[in-house]
Amino acid sequence: MSVSAAEARTATETPPSLARRSWKSVITPVVLVLIVVALLAYVKSQKLDSIEKANLGLGYILEKTWQHIELTVAGTILVLIIALPLGVILTRKGARYASPVVLMLANIGQSAPAVGIIVLFAVAWQIGFWTAVLALTVYGVLPSLRNTMVGLQQVDPALIDAGRGIGMSAGGVLAKVEIPLAVPVILGGVRTTLVLMVGNAAIATFINGGGLGDIVVAGINNQRPLVLIVGSGMIAVLALLIDWVGGLLTQLFSPRGL
Amino acid sequence: MSETVTDKGTTGVPIELENVTKRYSASSTGLAAVDDLTMSIPAGKIVVLLGPSGCGKTTTMRLINRLIEPTSGRIMIGDTDARAQEPNELRRGIGYVIQQAGLFPHMTVGTNISQVPQMLGWDKQRITTRVDELLDLVGLDSGQFRDRYPRQLSGGQQQRVGVARALAADPSVLLMDEPFGALDPITRERLQDELLRLQEELGKTIVFVTHDIDEALRIGDQIAILDKGSRIAQYASPAEILANPASEYVEQFIGSGSAMRLLNFAKVADVELGQVAEVAPGDEVTRVRETIAGADTAYALVVDAGRRPTGWVTSETIDGRDGTAGELSAPIETTIPARATLQEAMEGLLHAEYDVVPVTKANGEYLGVVSLGTIQQELSDLKERQKARRQERVSAGGDSA
Repeated sequence: MSVSAAEARTATETPPSLARRSWKSVITPVVLVLIVVALLAYVKSQKLDSIEKANLGLGYILEKTWQHIELTVAGTILVLIIALPLGVILTRKGARYASPVVLMLANIGQSAPAVGIIVLFAVAWQIGFWTAVLALTVYGVLPSLRNTMVGLQQVDPALIDAGRGIGMSAGGVLAKVEIPLAVPVILGGVRTTLVLMVGNAAIATFINGGGLGDIVVAGINNQRPLVLIVGSGMIAVLALLIDWVGGLLTQLFSPRGL
Repeated sequence: MSETVTDKGTTGVPIELENVTKRYSASSTGLAAVDDLTMSIPAGKIVVLLGPSGCGKTTTMRLINRLIEPTSGRIMIGDTDARAQEPNELRRGIGYVIQQAGLFPHMTVGTNISQVPQMLGWDKQRITTRVDELLDLVGLDSGQFRDRYPRQLSGGQQQRVGVARALAADPSVLLMDEPFGALDPITRERLQDELLRLQEELGKTIVFVTHDIDEALRIGDQIAILDKGSRIAQYASPAEILANPASEYVEQFIGSGSAMRLLNFAKVADVELGQVAEVAPGDEVTRVRETIAGADTAYALVVDAGRRPTGWVTSETIDGRDGTAGELSAPIETTIPARATLQEAMEGLLHAEYDVVPVTKANGEYLGVVSLGTIQQELSDLKERQKARRQERVSAGGDSA
């Protein structure tokens, strides 16, 4: 993959639309940052009671945001470690029969309520960050796995035949042809996983896993709408931001010429 | 393979299929896709495997580079047994072209072509040089096309690149599986011509699979018409197949238009050419008169020192005039290449200034002359043979009854 992806990127021709696209792509983060600034400025302008002060300090918000990102990224990395190799294996000739079973399990992982999974894991194991990450992984593995499989399956069989026909090994065809061509679809799945993770990382708070969920729950329990709004607003901004990063990565790593 | 590359390039090696069978079901009684096929493919020739879909022609071709493993039998490529080699290595030494080219869409044209040399471990400089050379060879400007992606190319251009990729490591054998099947008729015909031109230069052994009889007749040196189970119904040259179809199956395949096909596919070089009196450009008019008087025609062809026909002199035009044959001759505007089909020759004859037109080799060398009479003779010969065959069949049927 690395070989041909690198080649694709070093190709001399630059599509004329790229410059315009990158200009467009900065709009999203700029708007999101403006929203955060506006939110914080509004908090600053309000008279806060002691509960609100405890939950809305800038340092505290940043700390929780960072924890939230950690949860999301750790969960996503785990998902990638599981979903990508599994997706490749399940589309190989010998293992295709197993794919319905695995997909069913992944489906259960996603359709089971996230809160249920996270609490069950905590009961079975322990509370804290890593249990939350594990639960998020189970919850978020499906889109990445399914897209990896679909991405590989939709590669034109004639291209695989051409690859074998000119003397590439099965592994060579996978690395040079199948995976590069599946990259856009795979990254689409990863992007979905990331967004799912950001949303669901909020429930890590129930098992003391940290994250912006702490602020949201504090807002609900203490009936402080401002706290609730800041917490959920930050989650929403984070989700949009990560989706934007995902889009950028897809653009960057998708092979040229498609 | 790469070791043997020279300026002239590797030329073809013969391929021998000996009692090759391929069965897909495990039981030995199952219907075989290829049933005990024995066939020898001569070196440096284009052999077309022709048959209806499902007759096993593609399977047969894929047995040669072991994309499909034979159930039994032996396949010799040159002096080596195909099954004695590691399959991937074997395939790197055999060019492979498929329908719609099968170019990798995420790689540039240059990268596509350099796949096999890369696997063979060529150094960068050698690969770059080779890619440019190949693009030139298939008629694409290397500067313009090397860094393009397949999507930016037309179907015909893509298939040219497909051929270039197959030729990259200068293999001695080329396998082509309906390579022009998805192209429009005009592009297809042009690429067929280019393949023939390339082949004249390269002399590879080419196994070409098609279901298109016209394509087979046009490009094949030999055609193997295959029936179910890849059984050979007839294996002969196009002219032989048109003139003497071996069975009713073959006749059906050729269809009813064999006279038209003869015109379309028989080459001028295949028919008996006429000869006329020749004079040199420097010959004096008296000498020319003598020559014409000694011939049974009222004209002579001026042929220069390089054996190229340059003009006609007729007894009328030189009557009472002085000078050399070269000065007095009417220049020749139309010649017919030996590679042209009879139909093309007819076209040429209709537009020519005289009823008799010289035929030349690719380098312009004079071979003989052709006229409408020549072609008419060829057609009436075909008719005779068909009549004879029909009678033979009738009498054979009478014997068995």
